[in-house]
Amino acid sequence: MMSDNERPSIRKMIEDKASQKGATNAAEKTMPKLFLICAIISILTTFGIVLTLLFETITFFSEVSIVEFLTSSQWYPMFSDPDYGIRPLLLGTFTIAAIAMVVAIPVGLAVAIYLSEYASDKIRRTIKPILEVLAGIPTIVYGFFALTFVTPVLQAVIPGLAIYNALSPGLVMGIMIIPMVASLSEDAMSAVPQSMREGAFALGATRLEVSLRVVFPAALSGIIASFVLSISRAIGETMIVTVAGGGSPAQGLDITSSMQTMTAYIVQMSLGDAGFGTTVYYSIYAVGMTLFIFTLAMNLLAQFISKRFREEY
Amino acid sequence: MLASQDKNTEYEENTTTETKKTGDSVYKVDQLNLWYGEDQALKNIELDIPEREVTAIIGPSGCGKSTFIKTLNRLTEMIPSVKTSGGIYYRSQDIFDKKYKVEQLRTKVGMVFQNPNPFPKSIYENIVYGPKIHGIKDKKVLDEIVESSLKGAALWEEVKDDLKRNAFGLSGGQQQRLCIARCLAIEPDVLLMDEPTSALDPISTLKIEELVQELKKNYSIIIVTHNMQQAGRISDNTAFFLNGEVVEYDRTDKIFSSPDDKRTEDYISGRFG
Amino acid sequence: MKEVSQETTPGAQTQHLSAPSNLPKREWKNRVFKTIFATAVGFSLLMLLILIIRIITQGIGSLDWQLFTNFASRHPEQAGLKAPLIGTIWMMALTAPISFVLGVGTAIYLEEYAKPNRFTALIQTNISNLAGVPSVVFGLLGLTLFVRELALGRSLIAGALTMSLLILPIIVVSTQEALRAVPSELKQASYAMGATTWQTIFKVVLPASVPGILTGTILALSRAIGETAPLIMIGALTYIAFLPESIMSQFTVMPIQIFNWTNRPQEEFHMVAAAGIIILLVMLLLMNSIAVWIRNKFQRRF
Repeated sequence: MMSDNERPSIRKMIEDKASQKGATNAAEKTMPKLFLICAIISILTTFGIVLTLLFETITFFSEVSIVEFLTSSQWYPMFSDPDYGIRPLLLGTFTIAAIAMVVAIPVGLAVAIYLSEYASDKIRRTIKPILEVLAGIPTIVYGFFALTFVTPVLQAVIPGLAIYNALSPGLVMGIMIIPMVASLSEDAMSAVPQSMREGAFALGATRLEVSLRVVFPAALSGIIASFVLSISRAIGETMIVTVAGGGSPAQGLDITSSMQTMTAYIVQMSLGDAGFGTTVYYSIYAVGMTLFIFTLAMNLLAQFISKRFREEY
Repeated sequence: MLASQDKNTEYEENTTTETKKTGDSVYKVDQLNLWYGEDQALKNIELDIPEREVTAIIGPSGCGKSTFIKTLNRLTEMIPSVKTSGGIYYRSQDIFDKKYKVEQLRTKVGMVFQNPNPFPKSIYENIVYGPKIHGIKDKKVLDEIVESSLKGAALWEEVKDDLKRNAFGLSGGQQQRLCIARCLAIEPDVLLMDEPTSALDPISTLKIEELVQELKKNYSIIIVTHNMQQAGRISDNTAFFLNGEVVEYDRTDKIFSSPDDKRTEDYISGRFG
Repeated sequence: MKEVSQETTPGAQTQHLSAPSNLPKREWKNRVFKTIFATAVGFSLLMLLILIIRIITQGIGSLDWQLFTNFASRHPEQAGLKAPLIGTIWMMALTAPISFVLGVGTAIYLEEYAKPNRFTALIQTNISNLAGVPSVVFGLLGLTLFVRELALGRSLIAGALTMSLLILPIIVVSTQEALRAVPSELKQASYAMGATTWQTIFKVVLPASVPGILTGTILALSRAIGETAPLIMIGALTYIAFLPESIMSQFTVMPIQIFNWTNRPQEEFHMVAAAGIIILLVMLLLMNSIAVWIRNKFQRRF
């Protein structure tokens, strides 16, 4: 069948080539090592973050007592007699995160139930990408929107609302986080097997009863994990609070006035106020360390919840 | 294929382990055991598989026949929990020998899978995949390989005008013949077929069966099948597997007419499985 | 479930054709809640709409050619985006290859080479935790490691390295998904022909997963293009009236310039900022469209 009789058989040719497969063997040996190096870089990144924060924080605590950091209720690093009490920053961070959650959790969950249980396939496929757009808008844009639109609107309703306040960035952050709550909760609800729904429908349950009494409890761990992740996201969010939240540490729980968050403090100080090597410079790492510990704890908690309470369908 | 077969003689003269005399065995399986984690899937398998014949492996689902055939080219190693003991000798080469490269074995032993699995490339690229990875780059040679392999798999007439077409555009039966052609492209010694027709319609199945009859002139074929009639139609030898053991292994006509073991008879007559 | 089942009490044969008496109320409740849920969706979409309309009306007046050709300025009417536009393009051009190589390499290691052991589990957990680290913390890492320890200064490359580490987890996870989507039958077919692991990855797995990998990478880059905080941390917020010449040049990027203008008290600067946001959003829209286009065009039928 083969026209060229001069040519040796393919089997013979392959046999011959096999003896001179240097390049292939070299690639076979080196490639996995290169990929392993890439994978190790991701571990080194974590080490880098932890070590960076740790060393600079230790330097900070050699100048400022850790007791003051944890217990003082004042945060005035730029005073001639500075105070370094983290509490006002924590208060600001958690207050704004709480405002965001008041918006994001109910709305996000309602969106998730609608998309997972009520919406037709077509509506779901239209709305989900639009929500992704909402999630994909850079946070600086949300910050701009909070400062130049939401704050003036709120000022018209709430007299005495300061230009920099906790309410406006909190609300806008909530809007930004809606898609995250919605998408993660919807994933959890979609994972509930159809047979469980059908069982309830067959007993004459309405769609609402199926959603709230069958699907919601079955997906609860995933839904709670989505809340925890969203809180972590809100704590770590930076630009909205930097732009619209202002630079004064919280004085009590007044959400109509400026409340600085941990992230906003870090950015404000790095904008030029803190010279390298000063106590203030090291303070941003101590605050960064606090921020890192809180977000890491939340993320681990979310992983724990979704693993520990994973439903076996 | 004929021309290339003549050339094979020359090649085989150079190697001491291979002889062309029929009646020799391509595989000797010696006391083979295999575990998936804690579960033993193959127990004490002992088989001699003759060359240039069709050997069918039959048995009910879960009897280990698929595992067995994938052990013959060490594809079971892709599952991390697999452990084996005992030996498999391919033309008296211990295939579990640490110094023996598994790629070398798989170059000689082609495999056709249960579901047609062409690469998401053109027909042409599917065929030349094997030759290319083994270092054959000459365009003229590759063109010849494509033609002879497709002819060998009885697919040439159907696709010769459109070799650049994506393989996914072919029918299931054509895809399976393409997968056979893809194996033939590197001129293997043995063809392993793991239920090659289970996903196909009766007409495509018939074509593959005819093809197997044709291919056994040049290749040693081991075929796993769920379909006893198929084993009866196309094989020379049949091994009946049950619960990971070989219950009976003999000439096919013997197995189907007067099996020694009661269980074989029960299975053949459709009493279980 | 229990509450639901009580509606069908045994012995109710006489009324088996009529609906349970409380059904109208339950159906009414269902409709009310459906409306509430749909309203939540409407609320989210409305917010997006308001945001976009507001930005456009604010910024459209300042959107002219001058915006692209001028450097930043003290006078809002002369202020332009030349330096940040070019800076953003540089930043993306550097971040894309670094993060792509690291991210895809890590994913290939995890999916194709790694054995299921503790070390692999450690890398996997580490990546999901890295994804949750706030971007400003990556900025602190960049400031210490790249700007100071490696003495790269406040340069493009310091920024690009920081950004690459920031989006690394996103690329790793999306690449892993793309690699996992390649059917194992294709890999088996390749191995069964005597191909080595690397040949199988390079010739079968990667070609089949490249659309998914590219889509994930572009989406990760569109996250990077809008990131502000980490670059502020490494000190990219300075007055820049020149274009970068090398990877060691100082730079500014779009979101930083927008932040700068937002921070000014003058209303006019806010309008220029809005115009900058429009341009940034258009860039994002383009990147996302390309990603969606790749996904749809090359979607494989396995």
